[in-house]
Amino acid sequence: MLRRASMLLACRPILAARARPFSTDLPAAPSADATFTEAWTKVIPNMDPPKTPLSFMQPRPPTPSSIPSKLTVNFVLPYASELATKEVDMVIVPATTGQMGILPGHVATIAELKPGVLSVHEGSEMTKYFVSSGFVFIHANSFADIIAVEAVPLDRLDVNLVQKGLAEFTSKLSSATTDLEKAEAQIGIDVHSALNSALTG
Amino acid sequence: MALAALRREGRRFAPMISPHPITALRSSPLAPSLEDEGPIGVRYISTQVVRNRMKSVKNIQKITKAMKMVAASKLRAIQTKAENSRGLWQPFTALLGDLPSADVKKNVVVTISSDKGLCGGINSTSVKISKGLHKLNSGPEKETKYVILGEKAKAQLIRDSKKDIELIITELQKNPLNYTQVSVLADEILKNVEYDALRIVFNKFHSVVSFVPTVSTVLSPEIVEREAESGGKLGDLDSYEVEGGETKGEILQNLAEFQFSCVMFNAVLENACSEQGARMSAMDSSSRNAGDMLDRLTLTYNRTRQASITTELIEIISGASALEG
Repeated sequence: MLRRASMLLACRPILAARARPFSTDLPAAPSADATFTEAWTKVIPNMDPPKTPLSFMQPRPPTPSSIPSKLTVNFVLPYASELATKEVDMVIVPATTGQMGILPGHVATIAELKPGVLSVHEGSEMTKYFVSSGFVFIHANSFADIIAVEAVPLDRLDVNLVQKGLAEFTSKLSSATTDLEKAEAQIGIDVHSALNSALTG
Repeated sequence: MALAALRREGRRFAPMISPHPITALRSSPLAPSLEDEGPIGVRYISTQVVRNRMKSVKNIQKITKAMKMVAASKLRAIQTKAENSRGLWQPFTALLGDLPSADVKKNVVVTISSDKGLCGGINSTSVKISKGLHKLNSGPEKETKYVILGEKAKAQLIRDSKKDIELIITELQKNPLNYTQVSVLADEILKNVEYDALRIVFNKFHSVVSFVPTVSTVLSPEIVEREAESGGKLGDLDSYEVEGGETKGEILQNLAEFQFSCVMFNAVLENACSEQGARMSAMDSSSRNAGDMLDRLTLTYNRTRQASITTELIEIISGASALEG
Protein backbone atom coordinates (compact mmCIF):
# COMPACT_ATOMS: atom_id res chain seq x y z
CA MET A 1 0.00 0.00 0.00
CA LEU A 2 2.79 2.37 0.91
CA ARG A 3 4.70 1.32 -2.18
CA ARG A 4 1.72 2.17 -4.35
CA ALA A 5 1.23 5.49 -2.64
CA SER A 6 4.88 6.40 -3.08
CA MET A 7 4.70 5.33 -6.73
CA LEU A 8 1.71 7.62 -7.24
CA LEU A 9 3.57 10.45 -5.59
CA ALA A 10 6.58 9.85 -7.81
CA CYS A 11 4.44 10.05 -10.97
CA ARG A 12 3.30 13.55 -10.11
CA PRO A 13 3.99 15.83 -13.06
CA ILE A 14 6.45 18.66 -12.62
CA LEU A 15 4.42 21.23 -14.54
CA ALA A 16 3.82 23.55 -11.59
CA ALA A 17 6.02 26.61 -11.91
CA ARG A 18 6.68 26.64 -8.20
CA ALA A 19 8.40 23.24 -8.50
CA ARG A 20 11.45 25.09 -9.83
CA PRO A 21 13.22 26.41 -6.76
CA PHE A 22 15.98 28.61 -8.14
CA SER A 23 14.59 29.93 -11.39
CA THR A 24 15.84 33.39 -12.15
CA ASP A 25 12.99 34.14 -14.53
CA LEU A 26 9.63 34.44 -12.85
CA PRO A 27 6.53 32.94 -14.42
CA ALA A 28 4.92 35.21 -17.03
CA ALA A 29 4.11 38.26 -14.94
CA PRO A 30 0.70 37.42 -13.52
CA SER A 31 -0.65 40.93 -13.67
CA ALA A 32 -4.13 39.71 -14.52
CA ASP A 33 -3.81 37.39 -11.59
CA ALA A 34 -2.80 40.29 -9.34
CA THR A 35 -5.98 42.24 -10.09
CA PHE A 36 -7.99 39.07 -9.64
CA THR A 37 -6.39 38.17 -6.31
CA GLU A 38 -6.82 41.73 -5.05
CA ALA A 39 -10.46 41.86 -6.03
CA TRP A 40 -11.00 38.46 -4.47
CA THR A 41 -9.35 39.28 -1.14
CA LYS A 42 -11.42 42.46 -0.91
CA VAL A 43 -14.73 40.69 -1.35
CA ILE A 44 -13.97 37.34 0.26
CA PRO A 45 -11.26 37.83 2.87
CA ASN A 46 -11.59 34.46 4.55
CA MET A 47 -10.73 32.18 1.65
CA ASP A 48 -7.60 31.87 -0.41
CA PRO A 49 -8.24 32.85 -4.02
CA PRO A 50 -8.37 29.95 -6.46
CA LYS A 51 -5.44 29.39 -8.77
CA THR A 52 -5.66 30.19 -12.46
CA PRO A 53 -4.10 28.35 -15.39
CA LEU A 54 -1.45 31.05 -15.77
CA SER A 55 0.27 29.87 -12.61
CA PHE A 56 0.55 26.36 -13.99
CA MET A 57 2.08 27.20 -17.31
CA GLN A 58 5.70 27.50 -18.20
CA PRO A 59 6.27 30.87 -19.82
CA ARG A 60 7.05 31.08 -23.50
CA PRO A 61 10.25 32.74 -24.68
CA PRO A 62 9.84 36.21 -26.19
CA THR A 63 10.17 36.93 -29.90
CA PRO A 64 13.86 36.75 -30.83
CA SER A 65 15.34 39.50 -32.98
CA SER A 66 16.64 37.14 -35.67
CA ILE A 67 14.80 34.21 -37.18
CA PRO A 68 15.68 31.02 -35.27
CA SER A 69 16.87 28.01 -37.18
CA LYS A 70 14.34 25.56 -35.85
CA LEU A 71 10.62 25.56 -35.32
CA THR A 72 9.39 24.41 -31.90
CA VAL A 73 6.27 22.35 -32.26
CA ASN A 74 3.69 21.31 -29.65
CA PHE A 75 1.29 18.79 -31.11
CA VAL A 76 -1.43 17.91 -28.59
CA LEU A 77 -4.45 15.64 -28.64
CA PRO A 78 -7.03 15.17 -25.91
CA TYR A 79 -5.42 11.86 -25.01
CA ALA A 80 -1.76 12.56 -25.35
CA SER A 81 0.85 15.12 -26.23
CA GLU A 82 2.27 13.69 -29.42
CA LEU A 83 5.07 16.22 -29.69
CA ALA A 84 6.01 18.49 -26.83
CA THR A 85 8.40 21.35 -27.59
CA LYS A 86 10.08 19.38 -30.32
CA GLU A 87 12.48 21.25 -32.57
CA VAL A 88 11.82 20.54 -36.22
CA ASP A 89 12.62 22.08 -39.58
CA MET A 90 9.16 22.30 -41.11
CA VAL A 91 5.58 21.27 -40.53
CA ILE A 92 2.88 21.02 -43.21
CA VAL A 93 -0.65 21.32 -41.85
CA PRO A 94 -3.98 20.83 -43.63
CA ALA A 95 -5.57 24.23 -43.06
CA THR A 96 -9.03 25.02 -44.41
CA THR A 97 -7.37 27.08 -47.14
CA GLY A 98 -5.19 24.16 -48.20
CA GLN A 99 -1.88 22.63 -47.20
CA MET A 100 0.11 25.23 -45.28
CA GLY A 101 3.82 24.92 -44.69
CA ILE A 102 5.22 26.39 -41.49
CA LEU A 103 8.89 27.33 -41.31
CA PRO A 104 10.78 29.11 -38.54
CA GLY A 105 10.03 32.82 -38.68
CA HIS A 106 6.49 32.35 -40.02
CA VAL A 107 4.18 35.27 -39.36
CA ALA A 108 1.86 34.87 -36.39
CA THR A 109 -1.27 33.10 -37.54
CA ILE A 110 -4.37 31.38 -36.26
CA ALA A 111 -5.69 28.75 -38.64
CA GLU A 112 -8.43 26.18 -38.47
CA LEU A 113 -7.64 22.70 -39.72
CA LYS A 114 -9.71 20.45 -41.96
CA PRO A 115 -9.36 16.65 -42.19
CA GLY A 116 -6.09 15.89 -43.89
CA VAL A 117 -2.48 14.88 -43.59
CA LEU A 118 -0.06 16.58 -41.24
CA SER A 119 3.62 15.99 -41.87
CA VAL A 120 6.52 16.84 -39.62
CA HIS A 121 9.91 17.23 -41.28
CA GLU A 122 12.98 16.80 -39.12
CA GLY A 123 16.24 16.65 -41.04
CA SER A 124 15.73 13.85 -43.50
CA GLU A 125 12.92 12.05 -41.74
CA MET A 126 9.25 12.79 -42.16
CA THR A 127 6.38 11.64 -39.96
CA LYS A 128 2.85 11.76 -41.32
CA TYR A 129 -0.37 11.81 -39.32
CA PHE A 130 -3.96 11.95 -40.45
CA VAL A 131 -5.66 14.72 -38.50
CA SER A 132 -9.43 14.97 -38.11
CA SER A 133 -9.66 18.68 -37.36
CA GLY A 134 -8.42 21.26 -34.93
CA PHE A 135 -6.52 24.49 -34.75
CA VAL A 136 -2.99 25.63 -35.26
CA PHE A 137 -1.49 28.71 -33.63
CA ILE A 138 1.78 30.03 -34.95
CA HIS A 139 3.43 32.50 -32.63
CA ALA A 140 5.94 35.15 -33.51
CA ASN A 141 8.69 33.40 -31.55
CA SER A 142 8.65 30.38 -33.91
CA PHE A 143 6.48 28.29 -31.65
CA ALA A 144 3.71 26.32 -33.32
CA ASP A 145 0.85 24.83 -31.31
CA ILE A 146 -1.20 22.25 -33.14
CA ILE A 147 -4.30 21.08 -31.31
CA ALA A 148 -6.17 18.26 -32.99
CA VAL A 149 -9.12 16.21 -31.91
CA GLU A 150 -7.84 12.94 -33.40
CA ALA A 151 -4.61 12.08 -35.13
CA VAL A 152 -3.41 8.71 -36.32
CA PRO A 153 -0.24 7.72 -38.13
CA LEU A 154 -1.08 6.83 -41.71
CA ASP A 155 -0.04 3.20 -41.47
CA ARG A 156 -2.83 2.54 -38.99
CA LEU A 157 -5.55 3.27 -41.56
CA ASP A 158 -7.36 0.47 -43.39
CA VAL A 159 -8.11 1.19 -47.06
CA ASN A 160 -11.13 -1.11 -47.30
CA LEU A 161 -12.86 0.45 -44.32
CA VAL A 162 -12.24 3.90 -45.77
CA GLN A 163 -13.87 2.92 -49.07
CA LYS A 164 -16.80 1.35 -47.25
CA GLY A 165 -17.27 4.44 -45.11
CA LEU A 166 -17.18 6.72 -48.13
CA ALA A 167 -19.85 4.67 -49.92
CA GLU A 168 -21.98 4.59 -46.78
CA PHE A 169 -21.90 8.32 -46.26
CA THR A 170 -22.56 9.05 -49.94
CA SER A 171 -25.70 6.94 -49.76
CA LYS A 172 -26.68 8.68 -46.53
CA LEU A 173 -26.36 12.06 -48.17
CA SER A 174 -28.64 11.08 -51.02
CA SER A 175 -31.24 9.71 -48.61
CA ALA A 176 -30.95 12.58 -46.10
CA THR A 177 -34.07 14.63 -45.46
CA THR A 178 -33.32 17.17 -42.73
CA ASP A 179 -30.54 19.73 -42.83
CA LEU A 180 -28.90 18.11 -39.82
CA GLU A 181 -28.70 14.73 -41.52
CA LYS A 182 -27.38 16.34 -44.67
CA ALA A 183 -24.69 18.17 -42.71
CA GLU A 184 -23.67 15.02 -40.87
CA ALA A 185 -23.47 13.01 -44.09
CA GLN A 186 -21.47 15.78 -45.73
CA ILE A 187 -18.98 15.79 -42.86
CA GLY A 188 -18.64 12.02 -43.19
CA ILE A 189 -17.98 12.33 -46.91
CA ASP A 190 -15.38 15.07 -46.37
CA VAL A 191 -13.45 13.07 -43.82
CA HIS A 192 -13.55 9.84 -45.77
CA SER A 193 -12.52 11.40 -49.05
CA ALA A 194 -9.64 13.11 -47.26
CA LEU A 195 -8.67 9.75 -45.78
CA ASN A 196 -8.86 8.24 -49.24
CA SER A 197 -6.62 10.85 -50.80
CA ALA A 198 -4.22 10.57 -47.87
CA LEU A 199 -3.84 6.87 -48.42
CA THR A 200 -3.59 6.98 -52.19
CA GLY A 201 -1.75 10.29 -52.68
CA MET B 1 -34.36 -0.39 31.26
CA ALA B 2 -35.07 -4.10 31.71
CA LEU B 3 -31.66 -4.74 33.20
CA ALA B 4 -32.13 -1.90 35.71
CA ALA B 5 -35.43 -3.47 36.81
CA LEU B 6 -33.71 -6.83 37.11
CA ARG B 7 -31.02 -5.23 39.21
CA ARG B 8 -33.61 -3.84 41.62
CA GLU B 9 -35.22 -7.30 41.84
CA GLY B 10 -31.78 -8.77 42.51
CA ARG B 11 -31.22 -6.43 45.40
CA ARG B 12 -34.50 -7.55 46.94
CA PHE B 13 -33.64 -11.25 46.52
CA ALA B 14 -30.04 -11.24 47.64
CA PRO B 15 -29.36 -8.47 50.16
CA MET B 16 -26.22 -10.25 51.43
CA ILE B 17 -24.16 -9.89 48.33
CA SER B 18 -21.84 -6.91 48.36
CA PRO B 19 -22.47 -4.17 45.80
CA HIS B 20 -20.64 -4.94 42.59
CA PRO B 21 -17.51 -2.96 41.83
CA ILE B 22 -18.28 -0.07 39.58
CA THR B 23 -14.64 0.82 38.78
CA ALA B 24 -14.82 -1.03 35.51
CA LEU B 25 -18.02 0.72 34.53
CA ARG B 26 -16.77 4.22 35.24
CA SER B 27 -14.17 4.02 32.46
CA SER B 28 -16.50 2.60 29.88
CA PRO B 29 -18.44 5.14 27.86
CA LEU B 30 -21.50 2.94 27.76
CA ALA B 31 -24.31 4.19 29.96
CA PRO B 32 -26.66 1.18 29.98
CA SER B 33 -25.99 -1.30 32.72
CA LEU B 34 -23.72 -4.23 31.97
CA GLU B 35 -24.90 -6.36 34.83
CA ASP B 36 -26.83 -9.49 34.47
CA GLU B 37 -28.51 -11.82 36.88
CA GLY B 38 -27.27 -15.40 37.02
CA PRO B 39 -28.84 -18.30 38.94
CA ILE B 40 -28.93 -18.05 42.79
CA GLY B 41 -28.17 -14.33 42.64
CA VAL B 42 -24.60 -14.67 41.33
CA ARG B 43 -23.99 -11.48 39.41
CA TYR B 44 -21.55 -11.17 36.55
CA ILE B 45 -20.88 -8.23 34.31
CA SER B 46 -21.74 -8.92 30.70
CA THR B 47 -19.24 -8.11 27.99
CA GLN B 48 -21.84 -8.55 25.26
CA VAL B 49 -22.37 -4.89 24.53
CA VAL B 50 -18.68 -4.15 24.19
CA ARG B 51 -18.20 -7.20 22.05
CA ASN B 52 -20.99 -6.13 19.69
CA ARG B 53 -19.49 -2.72 19.40
CA MET B 54 -16.07 -4.15 18.63
CA LYS B 55 -17.50 -6.35 15.89
CA SER B 56 -19.25 -3.46 14.20
CA VAL B 57 -16.19 -1.19 14.38
CA LYS B 58 -14.03 -3.94 12.89
CA ASN B 59 -16.48 -4.34 10.02
CA ILE B 60 -16.43 -0.62 9.39
CA GLN B 61 -12.65 -0.68 9.34
CA LYS B 62 -12.67 -3.48 6.76
CA ILE B 63 -15.14 -1.60 4.57
CA THR B 64 -13.19 1.65 4.65
CA LYS B 65 -9.96 -0.18 3.86
CA ALA B 66 -11.63 -1.80 0.87
CA MET B 67 -13.00 1.55 -0.30
CA LYS B 68 -9.51 3.01 -0.10
CA MET B 69 -8.13 0.20 -2.28
CA VAL B 70 -10.89 0.72 -4.83
CA ALA B 71 -10.26 4.47 -4.92
CA ALA B 72 -6.52 3.85 -5.36
CA SER B 73 -7.06 1.60 -8.36
CA LYS B 74 -9.54 4.02 -9.95
CA LEU B 75 -7.09 6.85 -9.37
CA ARG B 76 -4.31 5.00 -11.13
CA ALA B 77 -6.53 4.41 -14.14
CA ILE B 78 -7.64 7.99 -14.50
CA GLN B 79 -4.40 9.70 -13.53
CA THR B 80 -2.58 8.83 -16.74
CA LYS B 81 -5.49 10.21 -18.76
CA ALA B 82 -5.50 13.45 -16.80
CA GLU B 83 -1.76 13.93 -17.16
CA ASN B 84 -1.94 13.32 -20.89
CA SER B 85 -4.68 15.89 -21.27
CA ARG B 86 -2.67 18.58 -19.52
CA GLY B 87 -1.10 19.72 -22.74
CA LEU B 88 -4.51 20.49 -24.18
CA TRP B 89 -5.28 23.84 -22.56
CA GLN B 90 -1.76 25.25 -22.64
CA PRO B 91 -1.79 26.45 -26.26
CA PHE B 92 -4.98 28.38 -25.60
CA THR B 93 -3.54 30.12 -22.57
CA ALA B 94 -0.38 30.85 -24.55
CA LEU B 95 -2.43 32.49 -27.29
CA LEU B 96 -5.27 34.14 -25.46
CA GLY B 97 -3.73 34.61 -22.04
CA ASP B 98 -5.73 34.24 -18.89
CA LEU B 99 -8.05 37.03 -17.81
CA PRO B 100 -9.96 36.00 -14.71
CA SER B 101 -10.51 39.64 -13.84
CA ALA B 102 -12.22 40.54 -17.13
CA ASP B 103 -15.21 42.73 -16.48
CA VAL B 104 -18.23 41.25 -18.20
CA LYS B 105 -21.99 41.48 -17.95
CA LYS B 106 -23.00 37.85 -18.22
CA ASN B 107 -20.92 35.49 -16.13
CA VAL B 108 -21.51 31.78 -16.09
CA VAL B 109 -19.87 29.71 -13.36
CA VAL B 110 -19.46 26.05 -14.28
CA THR B 111 -19.00 24.09 -11.06
CA ILE B 112 -17.57 20.61 -11.39
CA SER B 113 -18.17 18.22 -8.51
CA SER B 114 -18.58 14.53 -7.83
CA ASP B 115 -21.72 12.45 -7.74
CA LYS B 116 -20.72 10.22 -4.86
CA GLY B 117 -19.86 11.31 -1.36
CA LEU B 118 -17.26 10.30 1.21
CA CYS B 119 -14.59 12.21 -0.62
CA GLY B 120 -13.49 14.73 1.95
CA GLY B 121 -13.98 18.45 1.47
CA ILE B 122 -13.36 18.97 -2.24
CA ASN B 123 -16.99 19.52 -3.20
CA SER B 124 -17.52 22.06 -0.44
CA THR B 125 -14.39 23.88 -1.58
CA SER B 126 -15.66 24.05 -5.15
CA VAL B 127 -19.04 25.36 -4.03
CA LYS B 128 -17.43 27.97 -1.79
CA ILE B 129 -15.25 29.20 -4.65
CA SER B 130 -18.30 29.31 -6.95
CA LYS B 131 -20.22 31.37 -4.45
CA GLY B 132 -17.16 33.60 -4.04
CA LEU B 133 -17.03 34.18 -7.79
CA HIS B 134 -20.73 34.98 -7.79
CA LYS B 135 -20.14 37.58 -5.11
CA LEU B 136 -17.07 38.95 -6.86
CA ASN B 137 -18.95 39.44 -10.11
CA SER B 138 -22.13 40.90 -8.73
CA GLY B 139 -22.87 44.46 -9.62
CA PRO B 140 -25.50 46.81 -11.02
CA GLU B 141 -25.72 45.39 -14.55
CA LYS B 142 -23.92 42.14 -14.07
CA GLU B 143 -25.43 38.74 -13.51
CA THR B 144 -23.95 35.37 -12.67
CA LYS B 145 -25.53 32.04 -13.52
CA TYR B 146 -24.53 28.54 -12.46
CA VAL B 147 -24.10 25.41 -14.53
CA ILE B 148 -23.66 22.45 -12.21
CA LEU B 149 -21.97 19.15 -12.97
CA GLY B 150 -22.41 16.53 -10.25
CA GLU B 151 -24.86 15.74 -7.50
CA LYS B 152 -22.92 17.12 -4.58
CA ALA B 153 -22.70 20.69 -5.83
CA LYS B 154 -26.34 20.51 -6.87
CA ALA B 155 -27.38 19.61 -3.33
CA GLN B 156 -25.43 22.52 -1.88
CA LEU B 157 -26.25 25.21 -4.43
CA ILE B 158 -29.90 24.40 -4.83
CA ARG B 159 -30.54 25.48 -1.28
CA ASP B 160 -29.78 29.18 -1.63
CA SER B 161 -29.12 29.91 -5.29
CA LYS B 162 -31.96 28.01 -6.92
CA LYS B 163 -33.02 30.83 -9.22
CA ASP B 164 -29.49 31.33 -10.58
CA ILE B 165 -29.01 27.76 -11.74
CA GLU B 166 -29.28 27.31 -15.49
CA LEU B 167 -28.31 23.71 -16.10
CA ILE B 168 -27.69 20.65 -13.94
CA ILE B 169 -25.82 17.64 -15.29
CA THR B 170 -25.33 14.48 -13.24
CA GLU B 171 -24.05 10.94 -13.71
CA LEU B 172 -21.09 12.12 -15.68
CA GLN B 173 -18.85 9.19 -14.78
CA LYS B 174 -21.27 6.43 -15.63
CA ASN B 175 -19.19 5.65 -18.70
CA PRO B 176 -15.44 6.22 -18.72
CA LEU B 177 -14.68 9.85 -19.47
CA ASN B 178 -13.78 10.63 -23.05
CA TYR B 179 -13.46 13.70 -25.19
CA THR B 180 -16.53 13.03 -27.35
CA GLN B 181 -18.82 12.94 -24.33
CA VAL B 182 -17.35 16.13 -22.90
CA SER B 183 -17.55 17.96 -26.22
CA VAL B 184 -21.23 17.06 -26.56
CA LEU B 185 -21.73 18.37 -23.04
CA ALA B 186 -19.86 21.58 -23.86
CA ASP B 187 -22.01 21.98 -26.95
CA GLU B 188 -25.18 21.67 -24.85
CA ILE B 189 -23.96 24.28 -22.41
CA LEU B 190 -22.96 26.72 -25.14
CA LYS B 191 -26.29 26.28 -26.89
CA ASN B 192 -28.48 26.83 -23.87
CA VAL B 193 -26.65 29.45 -21.89
CA GLU B 194 -25.90 33.02 -22.90
CA TYR B 195 -22.49 33.99 -21.73
CA ASP B 196 -19.82 36.63 -21.94
CA ALA B 197 -17.39 34.72 -19.76
CA LEU B 198 -17.40 31.12 -18.62
CA ARG B 199 -15.59 30.39 -15.40
CA ILE B 200 -14.91 26.74 -14.78
CA VAL B 201 -14.31 25.83 -11.13
CA PHE B 202 -12.63 22.52 -10.40
CA ASN B 203 -10.00 20.91 -8.19
CA LYS B 204 -6.69 20.49 -9.92
CA PHE B 205 -4.86 17.31 -9.04
CA HIS B 206 -1.33 17.89 -7.81
CA SER B 207 -0.70 14.74 -5.83
CA VAL B 208 -2.58 12.14 -3.85
CA VAL B 209 -2.74 14.48 -0.88
CA SER B 210 -2.96 17.88 -2.55
CA PHE B 211 -5.82 19.26 -4.65
CA VAL B 212 -5.81 22.93 -5.58
CA PRO B 213 -9.07 24.72 -6.36
CA THR B 214 -8.65 26.36 -9.75
CA VAL B 215 -10.74 28.58 -11.96
CA SER B 216 -10.26 28.66 -15.74
CA THR B 217 -11.79 31.50 -17.71
CA VAL B 218 -13.08 31.20 -21.27
CA LEU B 219 -14.21 34.45 -22.85
CA SER B 220 -16.73 34.80 -25.61
CA PRO B 221 -15.40 36.04 -28.99
CA GLU B 222 -16.92 39.51 -28.56
CA ILE B 223 -15.17 40.02 -25.25
CA VAL B 224 -11.92 38.71 -26.75
CA GLU B 225 -12.21 41.33 -29.49
CA ARG B 226 -12.95 44.01 -26.97
CA GLU B 227 -9.97 43.12 -24.82
CA ALA B 228 -7.72 42.87 -27.87
CA GLU B 229 -8.72 46.35 -29.00
CA SER B 230 -8.24 47.89 -25.60
CA GLY B 231 -4.69 46.53 -25.47
CA GLY B 232 -3.20 45.04 -22.35
CA LYS B 233 -2.82 41.29 -22.17
CA LEU B 234 -4.52 40.43 -25.42
CA GLY B 235 -3.11 43.44 -27.25
CA ASP B 236 -1.02 41.46 -29.70
CA LEU B 237 -3.90 39.23 -30.73
CA ASP B 238 -4.52 41.56 -33.64
CA SER B 239 -1.07 40.84 -34.98
CA TYR B 240 -2.16 37.26 -35.65
CA GLU B 241 -3.34 36.70 -39.18
CA VAL B 242 -6.39 34.58 -39.46
CA GLU B 243 -6.39 32.00 -42.20
CA GLY B 244 -9.55 30.74 -43.75
CA GLY B 245 -13.13 31.41 -42.96
CA GLU B 246 -15.08 34.38 -44.20
CA THR B 247 -14.52 36.64 -41.27
CA LYS B 248 -12.23 36.76 -38.29
CA GLY B 249 -15.28 36.56 -36.07
CA GLU B 250 -16.23 33.16 -37.42
CA ILE B 251 -12.83 31.70 -36.64
CA LEU B 252 -12.83 33.27 -33.18
CA GLN B 253 -16.22 31.76 -32.52
CA ASN B 254 -14.97 28.29 -33.44
CA LEU B 255 -11.88 28.94 -31.38
CA ALA B 256 -13.89 29.87 -28.28
CA GLU B 257 -16.02 26.75 -28.57
CA PHE B 258 -13.00 24.52 -29.08
CA GLN B 259 -11.24 26.15 -26.15
CA PHE B 260 -14.24 25.56 -23.91
CA SER B 261 -14.48 21.88 -24.77
CA CYS B 262 -10.72 21.33 -24.29
CA VAL B 263 -10.62 23.16 -20.97
CA MET B 264 -13.74 21.28 -19.81
CA PHE B 265 -12.18 17.94 -20.72
CA ASN B 266 -9.08 18.64 -18.72
CA ALA B 267 -11.10 20.07 -15.82
CA VAL B 268 -13.40 17.05 -15.62
CA LEU B 269 -10.48 14.63 -15.63
CA GLU B 270 -8.56 16.59 -12.99
CA ASN B 271 -11.63 16.77 -10.79
CA ALA B 272 -12.19 13.03 -11.10
CA CYS B 273 -8.58 12.41 -10.05
CA SER B 274 -8.96 14.78 -7.11
CA GLU B 275 -12.15 13.02 -6.09
CA GLN B 276 -10.48 9.62 -6.01
CA GLY B 277 -7.45 11.00 -4.20
CA ALA B 278 -9.60 12.73 -1.59
CA ARG B 279 -11.63 9.59 -1.13
CA MET B 280 -8.42 7.61 -0.57
CA SER B 281 -7.23 9.93 2.18
CA ALA B 282 -10.70 10.18 3.74
CA MET B 283 -11.06 6.41 3.89
CA ASP B 284 -7.51 6.06 5.16
CA SER B 285 -8.11 8.39 8.11
CA SER B 286 -11.41 6.65 8.71
CA SER B 287 -9.73 3.23 8.95
CA ARG B 288 -7.13 4.67 11.27
CA ASN B 289 -9.82 6.15 13.51
CA ALA B 290 -11.65 2.84 13.52
CA GLY B 291 -8.39 1.15 14.51
CA ASP B 292 -7.94 3.57 17.42
CA MET B 293 -11.51 3.03 18.51
CA LEU B 294 -10.98 -0.70 18.37
CA ASP B 295 -7.91 -0.43 20.61
CA ARG B 296 -9.81 1.59 23.19
CA LEU B 297 -12.73 -0.85 23.11
CA THR B 298 -10.36 -3.80 23.52
CA LEU B 299 -8.97 -2.24 26.68
CA THR B 300 -12.47 -1.64 28.01
CA TYR B 301 -13.41 -5.21 27.13
CA ASN B 302 -10.44 -6.64 28.99
CA ARG B 303 -11.06 -4.46 32.03
CA THR B 304 -14.73 -5.51 32.11
CA ARG B 305 -13.80 -9.13 31.73
CA GLN B 306 -11.21 -9.00 34.53
CA ALA B 307 -13.59 -7.08 36.76
CA SER B 308 -16.27 -9.76 36.35
CA ILE B 309 -13.74 -12.50 37.13
CA THR B 310 -12.63 -10.60 40.23
CA THR B 311 -16.24 -10.14 41.34
CA GLU B 312 -16.95 -13.83 40.97
CA LEU B 313 -13.87 -14.74 42.95
CA ILE B 314 -14.73 -12.29 45.74
CA GLU B 315 -18.23 -13.63 46.00
CA ILE B 316 -17.06 -17.23 46.09
CA ILE B 317 -14.35 -16.53 48.66
CA SER B 318 -16.51 -14.40 50.88
CA GLY B 319 -19.24 -17.03 50.66
CA ALA B 320 -16.74 -19.75 51.60
CA SER B 321 -15.28 -17.72 54.49
CA ALA B 322 -18.82 -16.97 55.73
CA LEU B 323 -19.51 -20.72 55.87
CA GLU B 324 -16.30 -21.47 57.78
CA GLY B 325 -16.19 -18.64 60.23
